[in-house]
Amino acid sequence: MADPVLSIRNLTVGLPVKLDRKNAVTGISFDVRPREILCVVGESGSGKSITSLATMGLLSPGLKVTSGSIDFDGRDVLKLSNKERNAMRGDQMAMIFQEPMTALNPAYTVGAQIEEVFRIHRNLSAADRRAEVMRLLEEVRLPDPKRLYDAFPHQLSGGQRQRIMIAMALALDPKLLIADEPTTALDVTTQAQILVLLKQLNERHDAGIMFITHDFGVVAEIADRVVVMRHGEIVEQGTADEVLNNPQHPYTRALIDAVPRPMTEETTPEANENPVVIDVQGLNKTFTTSTGMFKPSRTVTAVNNVSFQVKRGETLGIVGESGSGKTTLVRCLMRLIEPDSGAINISGVDFAAKSRSELRSHRKDIQIVFQDPYGSLNPRRTIGSQLIQGAINFGIPRKEAWDRVYKLLDIVRMPHDSVNRFPSQFSGGQRQRLCIARALVVQPKVLIADEAVSALDVSIQREVLHLLNDIRDRLGLTVIFITHDLRVAAQICNEVLVMQYGSVVERGGVSQIFNAPSHDYTKALLSAQPGQNWDMPVFDEGDTLAKI
Amino acid sequence: MIAFFIKRLVTALLVVLTVSAMTFSMTFLTGDPAIAVAGENATQADIVRIREYYGYDRPIPVQFMSWLGRAAQGDFGQSLYLNQPVSIEIFARLKTTMTLGLSALIFALVLAIPLGVVAAIRPNSLLDRFALTVAVVGQAMPSFWFALTMMLWFGINWRILPVSGTDTWAHFVMPSIALGYFITPGVMRLTRAGMLEVLRSDYIRTARAKGASGFSILFKHALRNAIIPVVSLAAVQFGFMLGGSIVIETIFAVNGLGFLAWESIQRADLPMMQAIVLVLSVFYIMLTFLADVLNAWLDPRIRIS
Repeated sequence: MADPVLSIRNLTVGLPVKLDRKNAVTGISFDVRPREILCVVGESGSGKSITSLATMGLLSPGLKVTSGSIDFDGRDVLKLSNKERNAMRGDQMAMIFQEPMTALNPAYTVGAQIEEVFRIHRNLSAADRRAEVMRLLEEVRLPDPKRLYDAFPHQLSGGQRQRIMIAMALALDPKLLIADEPTTALDVTTQAQILVLLKQLNERHDAGIMFITHDFGVVAEIADRVVVMRHGEIVEQGTADEVLNNPQHPYTRALIDAVPRPMTEETTPEANENPVVIDVQGLNKTFTTSTGMFKPSRTVTAVNNVSFQVKRGETLGIVGESGSGKTTLVRCLMRLIEPDSGAINISGVDFAAKSRSELRSHRKDIQIVFQDPYGSLNPRRTIGSQLIQGAINFGIPRKEAWDRVYKLLDIVRMPHDSVNRFPSQFSGGQRQRLCIARALVVQPKVLIADEAVSALDVSIQREVLHLLNDIRDRLGLTVIFITHDLRVAAQICNEVLVMQYGSVVERGGVSQIFNAPSHDYTKALLSAQPGQNWDMPVFDEGDTLAKI
Repeated sequence: MIAFFIKRLVTALLVVLTVSAMTFSMTFLTGDPAIAVAGENATQADIVRIREYYGYDRPIPVQFMSWLGRAAQGDFGQSLYLNQPVSIEIFARLKTTMTLGLSALIFALVLAIPLGVVAAIRPNSLLDRFALTVAVVGQAMPSFWFALTMMLWFGINWRILPVSGTDTWAHFVMPSIALGYFITPGVMRLTRAGMLEVLRSDYIRTARAKGASGFSILFKHALRNAIIPVVSLAAVQFGFMLGGSIVIETIFAVNGLGFLAWESIQRADLPMMQAIVLVLSVFYIMLTFLADVLNAWLDPRIRIS
């Protein structure tokens, strides 16, 4: 076995005071060997990113390594001077980040940004540098490298930008490549392509790859070895086979248990005799963007002749990748934006035909929970004042509104004293529960969840999904659940619409979509799910995550 | 880029047209301009003659077009007070004002931008506090008092710099500092705020991960993105300095446009006022246009949509 390229020993990174735990990372040790892919898995706050940033010397000033060593290529990187570290970064060790949309400098062409790596670390002529960049652009399979060289980041898609980041990281054939959730922000089909690319590059280059992720599907796809982290400590490490198929630590088992399962069993949806609550017919929305006074304007069809019905007590999943029009569809449905044509009937009220002022009293019938639980609560107002606001707006007396708020807090399983606290005092999962309570306070008939669990860890994701199902059944709600993740849709929906380029390409019951997809795009989406060849073990330990 | 350029140029020209229409309408602010020109003791015959002589009897759109046509060629009419073409006086004064404005702007930017950058590197450090002090003092201190203090020390006590006039470059040193210092705080704070935000961004982390040096990160990667709002602010401030430097011009006896405007208001010299307003407005519009073009060059997201 080759000597490790990276050896982390007893690494402890202290947190600035006043936080709930003392250290971000406590006494962790692991190795990365050449040509292997080591996956570091953990939920948010587990310290996995801090570990990678400490290795690169990119920790933010508040965080300090308090003990331990990071040996890279025979030297302890913690003892290097700034100059030595700069010489090493980008040359012998390189990093790819989570957010490709913001990781590139908007002011320079992507070609210039890759070229900069050669400019900093090598003495090459301008022509040689350019040739190297072209070679890299081809290696990461970007189409038309000559044109892309002069493109600016904002002209590229997320997947293309991540390829640029990979090209930049591989430019000087580093010994260690750190990838911090490099596919998390990407669509599932793009993610599959990037994972394939990384695996291919791994065969051609000698670099050891430290791949940070929260997704066990991704781990199953690429890992040689796995390190599982929790609260800044390593709870388990071993080969991919050991950790995935025979995990020893209860936390690892609980995490694997919480991963959404692919649908296998055939279920026939129960016949629902309830009345139709949402009836959408022939909805269209096109956006026209003007690109300049002397150019023809560009028209994008965001929603193309979409029709569907949902009965009371059902959950309809709308699945699609970014740009598929699912969010525009929902905005039209709520009349947050004006549809071009089509009929929207929500429990007998024609939403499309009403004027804005007539619509106001009906707005309470349809409420939404957004993706980002951090951005969708006002940080400067108490939870109570934000929960009660909706009810007050619709003329409910204050006392009755408070009664409703307390009842809803029971339903979403949050303590009553939450009303006096501020959003920053709650975790992401708790905030999402509060957002659900806020949507329900006006007693809507329809609840829309727009990627409502996408920003949450798998364990919390599962709790929120259960909660949504529970609330739907108890309150007789109708739910529209928007997601990019078919596995999540399978857990909660009765029926699924698959959208692509603004059109519904397939519609059917969950088991039909999963087991007998008819449209090519649905098949592509299904086959792009990471970790398909992994036969997930079942531990059936219930909600173990909550207990340990 | 060319489409963007043409679009902005057309917009700028439309603004010039609007401003000139408003400036032209100044003629009629006090009612019949012929009565105003004729003075208090004029007879009805005098007024009629003046009305015909200046063409006030023609339809207003015709008057506007001929006024605009002549203004475009640099002919703003006769000064009512100086009895010479308005344009001669304006262009003589414009040179002084431009020299003062430009050197004040350069002084302000050279002081404010590095201070802002340095302050942003280590927020709340000693350097940041120093920069903040400079800014607060600049904002709080009346510019006439600052000008007089400088005059007292550099001009009278130490006799290093001349206290008034516009003969040599040395004459412009103190007025430029007094005028430029006034806009330094805004530019400094905007640079600092922009740098603070940009330095936190993901692409700065990418640059560090590449092994870029501290200098390259600050000036190549960060400043170019942080400076964009500063360009717009500097353009507006420069326009302000051209027209609004009356106090400084008076103290240092710099015969600039601001001073001329003040004199012309006293003399009720309407053609002169109109010309000054129009010239300064056109400068303002030109500066904004140039700032837009400069920003488009700095930020590709503006020029390539």
